[in-house]
Amino acid sequence: MSVSVPLRQIAHARSGDKGNRSNLAIFVYAAEHYEVLRQQVTAERLLANFGGVLRGPIKRYELPNLHGLNFVMDQALEGGVNESLNLDGHGKSWSAMVLALEVDLEDSNA
Amino acid sequence: MEMQNTYRIGTGAGFSSDRLEPAVDLIRHGRLDAIIFECIGERTLAFGHRDRRADTTRGYNPLLERRMRAVLPLCQAAGTKIITNMGVANPHAAAQRTMEIAAELGLRGLKVAAVTGDEVSHLIGPETPLQEPGCRLAETGREMLAANAYLGIEAILPAIDAGADVIITGRVADPSLFLAPMAYYFSWAQDDWHRLGAGTAVGHLLECAAQVTGGYFADPGYKEVPDLAYVGFPLAEVTGDGAAVITKLQRSGGLVSQRTVKEQLLYEVHDPGAYLTPDVSANFSGVHLADDGKDRVRVTRADGGPRPAQLKVTVAFDGGFLAEAEISYAGPGAADRAHLAGAIVAERMDKLHGSNGPIRIDLIGVSALHASAVKYPALAQDVRLRCAMRASSQSEAELLLWEVEALLCCGPAAGGGYRGHITPSVMTYSAFVDRSDVQPQLEILST
Repeated sequence: MSVSVPLRQIAHARSGDKGNRSNLAIFVYAAEHYEVLRQQVTAERLLANFGGVLRGPIKRYELPNLHGLNFVMDQALEGGVNESLNLDGHGKSWSAMVLALEVDLEDSNA
Repeated sequence: MEMQNTYRIGTGAGFSSDRLEPAVDLIRHGRLDAIIFECIGERTLAFGHRDRRADTTRGYNPLLERRMRAVLPLCQAAGTKIITNMGVANPHAAAQRTMEIAAELGLRGLKVAAVTGDEVSHLIGPETPLQEPGCRLAETGREMLAANAYLGIEAILPAIDAGADVIITGRVADPSLFLAPMAYYFSWAQDDWHRLGAGTAVGHLLECAAQVTGGYFADPGYKEVPDLAYVGFPLAEVTGDGAAVITKLQRSGGLVSQRTVKEQLLYEVHDPGAYLTPDVSANFSGVHLADDGKDRVRVTRADGGPRPAQLKVTVAFDGGFLAEAEISYAGPGAADRAHLAGAIVAERMDKLHGSNGPIRIDLIGVSALHASAVKYPALAQDVRLRCAMRASSQSEAELLLWEVEALLCCGPAAGGGYRGHITPSVMTYSAFVDRSDVQPQLEILST
């Protein structure tokens, strides 16, 4: 049996910008959830779920000792904070947005 | 147990408009060797150049006077060195103003250094390739306002060596502001990539001030932060191997935890194995974090490799004007009325005014930041229409404000609360120059 939970329940995140490039780092609270994060939160899934906001290609870096992933998106910010017409030209709100993603936990993990 | 020799370095500001009282608190109670005020962003630098063009005695951080007045006497009394990029586009004028303030405060024996040489517009020409648009400068069709290279610790070390109490720079890579005094204190060689990488990790963790002490972190119900209204700024206790404890004053609000440190470690980082600064290619991928008591996290095993051959340059251009105008609708059907209003503005800007740029329509309360991502039910009863566009002139920008304001009488029912503003803009792109073409300079003023 597995149970589906919002990523927010097991992980926290922060995003940042440099020019037109955005990064989004996600860390699990508990080390035992790192594999859940690594296996289920892929670049493809982010694009499938938030494709209207996030743009590909997305590069993913794994940080097993910090129990986190870093996603890097080029040409992501409608030109960046100096050009974008988006109120959030930095893409800072993305870190909260992606925590809505559902992940499956084994029951013993929930 | 006797503590090993540590260098105590704190953050006085993590961005141009950061708070002042946490810095004052940290100087008073942190027993700091140095405090760093990091105050430049890609935008603020360009605005500094604009200010300097209008008045050659300006172009530095607008809060410099207020900050210096508050911290100069405290730092002199505590023996705490101040290093800051508050010079922005005019470190010389910032140093002179700092000297005047010191004189007004009756401070004697103060040495103030201005570090310049980051302004490199003479190295940038029409043929210079720009990284992000991927074109040559001339192809942008825009007027260059300024070009600033990111300087590294090489630019700051001579000022420390000269005994400066206050060091004011323009564009210096943020972590380098922190790395320079550590490297000087511990006599790290400029090719000691391991320690420079480790020190850069510490600088990177500190450079956004409260973002490592519980700022930008709270999420009620999930990530609680005590006393966030009075969040403190961080300090690091650095040892000669480049390891450090990140902490804060116990009297301040906020928290330091492995979670706050992790979030900040990767903030604005792309490849964690190659975080490039003018000093080193830092490697954060092997960083190890450990709890070291309440609000104390020990950071070890950051590393580094040889520094990049070229220096990054931020090239700023005139970006015209950002026009934004808003009006609100409430009650049943609010979203539909706001939507209709937005469509009217877009139609008229296109057909009557021949506006050629894109117009962004946000329904705040329905869909704004992530407009195209999520389909919301349009049942919201408190909706703010926001229209935004870029204009090449003030008068073109005014057209958008006029059209939105005219909705008051000519638009859908029950619209109210119009506001409009026009913001002069800059655009910035990156270029690269050879390190050998950039010559940092030092000027020392003393009371």
